[in-house]
Amino acid sequence: MEFKDYYKVMGVARDATEAQIKQAYRKLARKYHPDVSKEKDAEARFKELGEAYEVLKSPEKRAAYDQLGRGPRPGENFRPPPDWGSGFEFSGAGDGVSDRDYSEFFESLFGGAAGAARRGPRGFDPGRGERAPGDRAHGDPGRGPDHHAKVILDLEATLQGGSRSFTLRVPEIDAEGHLIAKERVLNVQIPKGILPGQTIRLAGQGASTGSGAAGDLYIEVDFQPHPLYRPDGRDLYLDLPVTPWEAALGGGIKVPTPAGVVDLKIPAGSRAGTKLRLRGRGIPSSPPGELYVVLQIALPPASDEKAKAAYRALADAVPFNPRAHLGEAS
Amino acid sequence: MRSVQDALTGEIFEEYAVLSVDELSRLCAVDRAYIVDLVEEGVLSVTAVEAEQWRFAGAALRRARTALRLQRDLEINLPGVALALELMEELDALRRELSGLKAGVFREDFR
Repeated sequence: MEFKDYYKVMGVARDATEAQIKQAYRKLARKYHPDVSKEKDAEARFKELGEAYEVLKSPEKRAAYDQLGRGPRPGENFRPPPDWGSGFEFSGAGDGVSDRDYSEFFESLFGGAAGAARRGPRGFDPGRGERAPGDRAHGDPGRGPDHHAKVILDLEATLQGGSRSFTLRVPEIDAEGHLIAKERVLNVQIPKGILPGQTIRLAGQGASTGSGAAGDLYIEVDFQPHPLYRPDGRDLYLDLPVTPWEAALGGGIKVPTPAGVVDLKIPAGSRAGTKLRLRGRGIPSSPPGELYVVLQIALPPASDEKAKAAYRALADAVPFNPRAHLGEAS
Repeated sequence: MRSVQDALTGEIFEEYAVLSVDELSRLCAVDRAYIVDLVEEGVLSVTAVEAEQWRFAGAALRRARTALRLQRDLEINLPGVALALELMEELDALRRELSGLKAGVFREDFR
């Protein structure tokens, strides 16, 4: 198992004070909070940070962790020493199992469900803030809890529909009472027209308690950037490079749309940034979104004598000063 | 060998869901009072005056859950959560605008 250097995770020295550790945690938690952060690995970093803080904020756990010494280098194989844990008491008041799962390293040192049951950094400290939102027992005692997950989809999933497979990590309590993350593969039909931030509800796919009905599974979706289309709500934007003569003279151009290639008429005298609307060709829905084609003017390179001659001929034929508004400098 | 599982079909929650205060608090696994606090702080909007008549659109679920996570994980109070949510929305809008500007004006790698 991989040894984790919790001091390094938190960016503090091994002799850091409790106040310094708390400060470092607060700062990094704001930086890597998955709801706030745009960093790619924010979720993993936030989880790692929470685990590190869970250990370092508690004098007992920190002392026990320090007893390991520097141990192997991070990433090297690690085994807890045989006398590990003697003289330390970790059990805390349980307040129900939270949704966090710890690394194997953490669990080998501090246990699974016992550790998870403690109010960690994800938990709410009732001494602060206004009021603890307080986890609440399920309204229907026989029914299993709902589960929530988040997935990243390709834009085609909402444009065309179709099914996608996801691997979800579901926290579960095993026979020995340890909290384990069980992998579950789900094949889900993506509803056409779903937008980023919306949620697919799968009835009866949450947790089951054995006796009663299972809870529901709520999957929040987001999209990967698409190579062609930029979504904004239900609308899509496509950047379309055109030549100066296509923009100036107008004409028909073949343009990709989610539903296939269409002929688009460019009006004569178009400028860079001109937005052309293809009605109803955005994300499908009722009513569907629009597809906006944004013109970009691409200049052909004056790379050979023929092209240079053509540019010179244009300069001679067309008196044009794009800097007239700059006054004397022009 | 495991057979390929048939695809599960679900609905887009935001398109049909209309939630009472009790349903929303159950879905967020919080006390009803917490949802009332979110409404009083203006994080969630309602039209009715009496809590019994409040009806939330499906999108309130995500907003309430985000507020809950921010409050728990970062230990910010409710006015702070409300401010953070508003600033995050503004940031998202600016990011979208910026990516449009970048693509339209600065991109030169098209062929």
